[in-house]
Amino acid sequence: MIQEAFESTYHVLGRDFPNAGRVSTSIKDTLKRMGIHPLVVRRIAIVSYEAEMNLVMYATRGKISLRVSLDSVSINVDDEGPGIPDVTLAMEEGYSTATPEMREMGFGAGMGLPNIRRNADEFDISSHVGRGTRLYIRVIQAA
Amino acid sequence: MKTSEASRHINGTFVAGREGDREVLGGYASDLLSDVMANSREGDLWVTLQKHVNIIAVAQLNGLSGIVLVNGRTPEPDAVARAEEAGLPLISTKLQAFDVIGILYSLGIRGRRQI
Repeated sequence: MIQEAFESTYHVLGRDFPNAGRVSTSIKDTLKRMGIHPLVVRRIAIVSYEAEMNLVMYATRGKISLRVSLDSVSINVDDEGPGIPDVTLAMEEGYSTATPEMREMGFGAGMGLPNIRRNADEFDISSHVGRGTRLYIRVIQAA
Repeated sequence: MKTSEASRHINGTFVAGREGDREVLGGYASDLLSDVMANSREGDLWVTLQKHVNIIAVAQLNGLSGIVLVNGRTPEPDAVARAEEAGLPLISTKLQAFDVIGILYSLGIRGRRQI
């Protein structure tokens, strides 16, 4: 059992498809090693994977921060990028701005942000066009 | 049933990760990565035609028992390298998805997504 908060920050580069998924894999491995409940690990894996892919596909660069405390696991994402003009629209299932090339690779199903929200107990998104996007996700660990 | 046994039934060839052979607990078929992230279950064998490197992270994150590439598709070299690194079974078969899934189903492998 962890006694105090654990924090770690990971960096992701836009368009870095060859390394995409490494950060979320590393976050998952870290949580497993810490003995976090498998269902919490699964939810955070989905959240961090979708967030990482959004950074790779759309941002110039970004940071993903993991924080594990006694009662919850949270993820903060902060990117430098184009931002999202209409966040409500972006949150809709099936809406995507992915390019044809990304869609051919199986991305751009418009499921990323909805998947993130579905797996979060607390979710917050804010975006500034021309600056970037911030995400906050918290998953509660059952006592 | 192990991944290697499932592979034999679908005339599959191990392209990587043979030492990662594990129990197949179910199956999932999709070419959309977010869909696989959201709906596949740990131990599922994933049937797809996607062959680029990013499929490996998805399989790793969900603890899948392997990836089957259909229609004789060969994975891209960096996908093979990443699968080896992850010890994840990566199988290629000349069969099409419909037949692969039919055979796996007849062997008792089922989809497990809760509706």
